[in-house]
Amino acid sequence: MSGYRLSSGGSQIDRSRRVRFSFDGRDLGGFAGDTLASALLANEQTLFGRSFKYHRPRGVLSAGAEEPSALVTMRGGARVEPNTKATMVELYEGLEAASQNRWPSLRFDVLSVNSLFGNFLTAGFYYKTFMGPTRKSWMFYEHFIRRAAGLGAGGFEADPDRYEGLHAHCDVLVVGSGPTGLMAARAAAVSGARVILAEEMAQLGGMLPNESESLDGMGAGDWAKATVAELSTYENVTLMPRTTVYGYFDDNVMAAVERVADHVPVPAENTPRQRHWTIRAKQVVIASGAIERPVVFDGNDTPGVMLSDAVRSYALRFGVAAGRKVIVFTNNDRAYHTALRLADQGMTIRALVDARWAPPQELVEALAARDIEHFPGHVVVKAEGGKALEGVHIAPYDPHTKRLKGSPRWLTTDALAVSGGWSPAIHLASHASDRPEFREDIQAFVPGAPEQAWRAAGACNGDFGLAACLAAGAEAGAAAAGDVGFGATALPLPSVEGGEPDGSAMLPLWEVPAIKGRGKKFVDLQHDVTAEDVRLAQREGFQSVEHLKRYTTLGMAADQGKTSNINGLAIMAETRGATIPEVGTTRFRPPYNPVSLGAIAGREIGAHFRPVRLTPMHDWHVAQGADMLAAGAWLRPRVYRQPGESVTDAYIRETRAVRDSVGIVDVSTLGKIDVQGPDAAEFLNRVYSNGFAKLPVGKARYGLMLREDGIVYDDGTTWRLSETQYLMTTTTANAAGVLTHLEHLLSIVWPELRVQVTSVTEQWAGMAVSGPNARRTLEAAVDDMDLSNEALPFMGVRPGHLGSIPVLIARLSFSGELAYEVYAEANYGMPVWEKVLEAGKPYGIIAYGTEALGALRIEKGHVAGPELDGRTTAADLGLGGMASRKKHYIGSMMLDREGLTDPNRLKLVGLVSLSGESIRPGSQLVEGATVATSGPSLGHVSSTTYSPALEKQVALGLVEGGLERTGHRLYAIYPLKGHRVPVEIVEPVFFDKDGSRMHV
Amino acid sequence: MRIYCPICGERDSSEFTYGGDATVHRPAMDETDVEAWCQYVYNRKNPRGPMLEYWHHTQGCRAWLVLERDTVTHKILSQPRLVGPWADQPASNPPTDGGSDTGSAERERVSEPVGAE
Repeated sequence: MSGYRLSSGGSQIDRSRRVRFSFDGRDLGGFAGDTLASALLANEQTLFGRSFKYHRPRGVLSAGAEEPSALVTMRGGARVEPNTKATMVELYEGLEAASQNRWPSLRFDVLSVNSLFGNFLTAGFYYKTFMGPTRKSWMFYEHFIRRAAGLGAGGFEADPDRYEGLHAHCDVLVVGSGPTGLMAARAAAVSGARVILAEEMAQLGGMLPNESESLDGMGAGDWAKATVAELSTYENVTLMPRTTVYGYFDDNVMAAVERVADHVPVPAENTPRQRHWTIRAKQVVIASGAIERPVVFDGNDTPGVMLSDAVRSYALRFGVAAGRKVIVFTNNDRAYHTALRLADQGMTIRALVDARWAPPQELVEALAARDIEHFPGHVVVKAEGGKALEGVHIAPYDPHTKRLKGSPRWLTTDALAVSGGWSPAIHLASHASDRPEFREDIQAFVPGAPEQAWRAAGACNGDFGLAACLAAGAEAGAAAAGDVGFGATALPLPSVEGGEPDGSAMLPLWEVPAIKGRGKKFVDLQHDVTAEDVRLAQREGFQSVEHLKRYTTLGMAADQGKTSNINGLAIMAETRGATIPEVGTTRFRPPYNPVSLGAIAGREIGAHFRPVRLTPMHDWHVAQGADMLAAGAWLRPRVYRQPGESVTDAYIRETRAVRDSVGIVDVSTLGKIDVQGPDAAEFLNRVYSNGFAKLPVGKARYGLMLREDGIVYDDGTTWRLSETQYLMTTTTANAAGVLTHLEHLLSIVWPELRVQVTSVTEQWAGMAVSGPNARRTLEAAVDDMDLSNEALPFMGVRPGHLGSIPVLIARLSFSGELAYEVYAEANYGMPVWEKVLEAGKPYGIIAYGTEALGALRIEKGHVAGPELDGRTTAADLGLGGMASRKKHYIGSMMLDREGLTDPNRLKLVGLVSLSGESIRPGSQLVEGATVATSGPSLGHVSSTTYSPALEKQVALGLVEGGLERTGHRLYAIYPLKGHRVPVEIVEPVFFDKDGSRMHV
Repeated sequence: MRIYCPICGERDSSEFTYGGDATVHRPAMDETDVEAWCQYVYNRKNPRGPMLEYWHHTQGCRAWLVLERDTVTHKILSQPRLVGPWADQPASNPPTDGGSDTGSAERERVSEPVGAE
């Protein structure tokens, strides 16, 4: 027996619009307005999935976001989405869904054999059951456990949908659109405040369509519709349905996800699938309602056992009966009204089992009037049925001893509507408050004191009655608007007729004793955590609620324990002999519901993941077919390959061309900082380790910048343009860092220095012209400059014009050849570049990229990023002479510490491959010839290249003792790839050792 | 989080970069005691509660600010002030009243941070 579609009723469905869908390959039908869960129930489906650990048959427990069991895989292909709650899926034409965690089928699941091993799969079983016979055994078991673990399977294709991230601002954000939220939104709206009303479901109104009260003479559901219609006429109100506010962050920043297109097969054109909202609200009203609790008893996970409000929802909102012979099991008054209303809808309510001995007389009479058998003072002790509920055993119950008082009797039923009370949904409030408080009168936790600008109202604050909720909502909305400065006029409350009991008059009932043995009583259905697991945790010392959670995994599944946390900690309290508040709850953290990664990423994906920076000559490089390389956010040409060339062929050709004649390379990406002021010289002298105070105007100098701890931070050249103006260059990677470093020094450390620093990285295009024919090339390009060795000596800087364009030319050499850096204002970069190429034609000028740039500097032993890795000192790099002893500068006082002067430190050396194999950067340097005899690492390889000048594979590296090992043979090993290259330690300069080529 | 920049006005915290502990005092340039330098370079207190911090308006005017912030609640407890050569200038964008997002934030004057002189 199973659920079925009632012949009439269903406030949310449109019986005139049929919708076809499929589940596990079966073609089925529903109505517009159905959820997947309601449609499946209507189609007499009892089995929805298999549980996580034990593969027990599971049905659907609820009608909302708290659903732990009915998890399905939606769609397929690139849009496949596992672990989706069937209760939250809005039915659409052509919907495809499948059950999970079963093989070969839902009805016959081979892994349900896990149930038989239940005793070996209790809490903490990884550490207990799978610990032997040898230490390596775990890796054997792990393989199988991994295959069996998890619920649904994800997809491997890229998500084709778009996601967007947006921001919103408002005066009052109202979370939840039940009676409380609607009144709060209204009260705030009439005051003129900007209001956002966010509702998780597609329809606003919360539980109102389920309620039997009349509001202002209308049915509660109709009143909700009318209020929503009224709210949508306000210009200062934004309604956000299908939007879950999932997190409360500092400074009243709320995060929410709007499910824009989850309810259609494919998003409409130009529509995102979901939107992530960052909402900055001045005040927040939390009206998130309460979640019904089940009762823990033997077999309570049997398909057909459901929450009583869910059974009511399915009947009233979807016109679906959960079963043909329903029994209601409760500890409070409200479930009686559920039974009565269901009976009035035409459903067969066989019995109502109430744990309390003396419920209100009028309710008892109402049951009798509908021939509903009444069992006061009884509890359900066991549900039986396997794949579908067949019946329950009930027995008399003594609430004082918490024991059964008589023998059980059997009642057949196919749907058990359970109500153990309601737990306020305090999650969002708890992200922004102190510990929740326990209220004895409702046996529930309510939000603690706010630590941000919010107030809670309604059921989430412990007021379960409809009239109370309406009043609390109106008050909260007005007060919130008032706090923002909008004086609110008191809003008249709707009249309420036919009050239902609010369910607060209840007998605390968390767990029911089993008839015999311990039974299988589930607390957390999604993670298969039983009451015995809770007691086991206590016995093993995991008593605190935080340990209970993590040891048993109770509350850690996708439903985050919405229907299990309270029962779990109540059972722990009982086991420990403590009170519930003494045990307390775990800390709630965002997100309230799972959030897709797509929503979080928004549009910052692919090429938009980070900005791209292009140099002024970028288009030229691309037009030449250069391989472009990302250097941080910049794109730089790596090599300019000719037809048939590999990258290696290209850089070798480019390097040779520079050494033989002339080449040009784009160096615009270097950091450039304008340093100006009367105290600029003094400032630079304090920032660089070598002397800068006496640098003449028209000269540049290579500078080494240390960190405060004495380690080398950055290097570059700084050019003195006038008495008070300098142009500093930094490495590409450290440009921003150095600027911040300088600004920090000028604002915090030496505010008395009269210096201004400004980033001019993007203002200057830079190109290096290098090679024996560099001077001849530039002489042909410039208009009016004397570039002879006397007029522009090594390290000199001169302004001039090139093609009528103002340029700065500095005679600097990174390559070791005769070289000049030509700087022009960025917009003039291209014409200057082209003019130089034109002028260099007679000399066969070529453009070279970063590979050749690297090969040239490595041949000369010039250090760069890989050597300045944050661990090396100037002395380590053979630049000890640049660490002045005559002045104080950043890092100077820390240089003589023992650790930095230890002779065994790794120091810069050159390496030559003895086998002709290339050396891999990052290789470790060892003495031993074989894997077994390698010995410890003596250092590592930092930069490598083929040297066209030497015709050998060479490298720079850092090794213990440095050049004391000159002539030694070591091995450069890269164990991850099994490389081992014999190398010899040499001086860290391979070509033009006296540096004379730069000085011609 | 919003941070009030005296030059630019109240801005989202994403425009700023944390600038370090504002209670530490860099030794004088000619300090020879290495211990004092090590203390400055490496050691920091980690208070639970109000803490004086530097913040750098990197995505805005690039000014350096000093403010007091609670390391537990993350609330800014003092009105941020400029540090450095412009510290004496009056604010170009004085804060408005009653627009505070964190309604209960107090605005107190704090003592001059030690490193500013």
